[in-house]
Amino acid sequence: MTSESTKVAGTVAARPRPRPMPAMRSRWRARWRRDLPLVLMTVPAAGFLLLFHYLPTLGNFLAFKDYNPFLGDSAIEAMFLSDWIGFGNFQLLFEDPLFWSAVRNTLGITAFQLVFFFPVPIALALLLNSILSQRLRGLVQGIIYLPHFFSWVLVVTFFLMMLGGDGLFAHTLRDVGLRMPNVMSNPDTFIYLVTSEAVWKDVGWGTIIFLAALSSIDFSLYEAAAADGAGRWRRLWHITLPGIRPVIVLLLILRLGDALSVGFEQFFLQRDAVGAGAAEVLDTYVYWQGIATQNYGIGAAAGLFKGVVGLLLILAANRVAQRFGEQGVYSR
Amino acid sequence: MTRPVWEEKPTVAGQAGKGTLLTLVTAAVIIPLWTVVVTSLSSRATIDKAGGLVFIPRGFDFSAYQSIFATDRVTRALWVSVMITAGGTLLSITLTTMAAYGLSRPGSLAHRPLLFLFLLTFLFGPGIIPSYLLVTGVGLKDNLLALILPTAVNAFNLVVLRAFFMNLPGELIDSARIDGASEWRILWQIVIPLSKAVIAVVALFYAVGYWNSFFNAILYLSDPSDHPIQLVLRSYILQGQAPPGVSLPGTNVPPPTLAIKMAVVVVTVIPALLVYPFVQKHFTKAVLTGAIKG
Repeated sequence: MTSESTKVAGTVAARPRPRPMPAMRSRWRARWRRDLPLVLMTVPAAGFLLLFHYLPTLGNFLAFKDYNPFLGDSAIEAMFLSDWIGFGNFQLLFEDPLFWSAVRNTLGITAFQLVFFFPVPIALALLLNSILSQRLRGLVQGIIYLPHFFSWVLVVTFFLMMLGGDGLFAHTLRDVGLRMPNVMSNPDTFIYLVTSEAVWKDVGWGTIIFLAALSSIDFSLYEAAAADGAGRWRRLWHITLPGIRPVIVLLLILRLGDALSVGFEQFFLQRDAVGAGAAEVLDTYVYWQGIATQNYGIGAAAGLFKGVVGLLLILAANRVAQRFGEQGVYSR
Repeated sequence: MTRPVWEEKPTVAGQAGKGTLLTLVTAAVIIPLWTVVVTSLSSRATIDKAGGLVFIPRGFDFSAYQSIFATDRVTRALWVSVMITAGGTLLSITLTTMAAYGLSRPGSLAHRPLLFLFLLTFLFGPGIIPSYLLVTGVGLKDNLLALILPTAVNAFNLVVLRAFFMNLPGELIDSARIDGASEWRILWQIVIPLSKAVIAVVALFYAVGYWNSFFNAILYLSDPSDHPIQLVLRSYILQGQAPPGVSLPGTNVPPPTLAIKMAVVVVTVIPALLVYPFVQKHFTKAVLTGAIKG
């Protein structure tokens, strides 16, 4: 900022103008000429976001319409030609027990994963951080980051191959005369299954940020604490954990703000196997209501409900974090 | 790194516990991959003897791979996936690099509103239904571009690149500007050569996204001959569709179904495994710049 303003001032000073007005204008023109290429570089990407992110966001007005796909020549024209019905879609939505079941499933899974998924990368990062050999550490990291790059189709496939009724473990257990319990299509244990899959896919990736936070802790603190007689557990409790607290809080906020999203593909793929009772979450509900059964209006209402509540959640979580003296995700 | 003098000697139980945990964590990733690869290379006799998935290899048998490449479905799907990944990644990395450089100088013309336009996408998504109607409304239904254009620009990746560009030595860029180089030339001849590693990581992030694209394919592609590999994998493994069993010349028995299925899994995994080692060492940096600035 400063270097640029001095530079601009420099060019103006080099060509002194008698009156202030044209000076202002020429300064603008100089800035325009200097920065126009930068703006031009940004415009194509911005255009993509306007078209594929912001325009559909505005399209949420559909939630207040009785969408009729047969009006006009295209889906977009039909959106404008359909009748306004106020909150009619929301009324139908809130009367639908399947919607509330999807909301319950979503919040249940979020809560469960907050306890059984969220802390796992922290623990694993502490474990990795205690490995002294850089080569061993690099090797382990290289292996455990890998599943992050697999699609959900692959993740579910691997779980089916390992834990399914015809999978590797079932065979091994059968050889010793035991039976593998049904885990891949049992709605009662589905929450454990999806959490295990999520952990398998992303626990390694999740350690990256905590490892960086761990390595930024001032090393002399440990030394001083050890000199004062603090054992390894006390150092963990009084130095390590407070040292990474800002990162933990930040990620917790992000997770809470995203409480209504637990992923789409993972549930979509396993919905046939365990049934909608356990596997229907808000995003899959929007898909089945809106696109598969073509109740676009109700689907859009459910999507808008999710978007608005999600936005409020993230703003609220950020406010709470700032009140507790943490940095939060953004600040003014 | 060596152990600092003030740190206690590790206990035997502690070391054993750590070792066990690390073995378990890595085995959880390696065993499934290993089993799938071994089974895909197993002969019918080996699979029958194991009663299913094979853990201990006995010889190599490539007939499952020959079989899937002799038929149309898998080769076609692979071709579709390769095209989407190559074309999409090229488009995405071009748009993102340009925009990241365009936004790398705070205080430039319209910098704040433009940056906001990108950052605001973190706070809310447009929703499935309006996006679906827009994409079909502009005529992209049953067009492979529907898998590329809606996800072409990712604000997270932009933030990663922008943060890196902002940390490049400013004197270098300033002196080029004084010498009369245009912004385009600075980007092409100075900034990009200095940022190859980060650009490669971001390109990998995009490529993985395109290779894994599944939901958009379900939404927009109704013709099975347009389906990318992820959809074909799903239909064989999760939906129980029979994979093509082509008897190879000289035999009259097709390779075992299980081996064919596993071969499809392997060809879906392989691209990730191939690129991964080259960019792995740069991950941390890219992820962190993005996380801190985002």
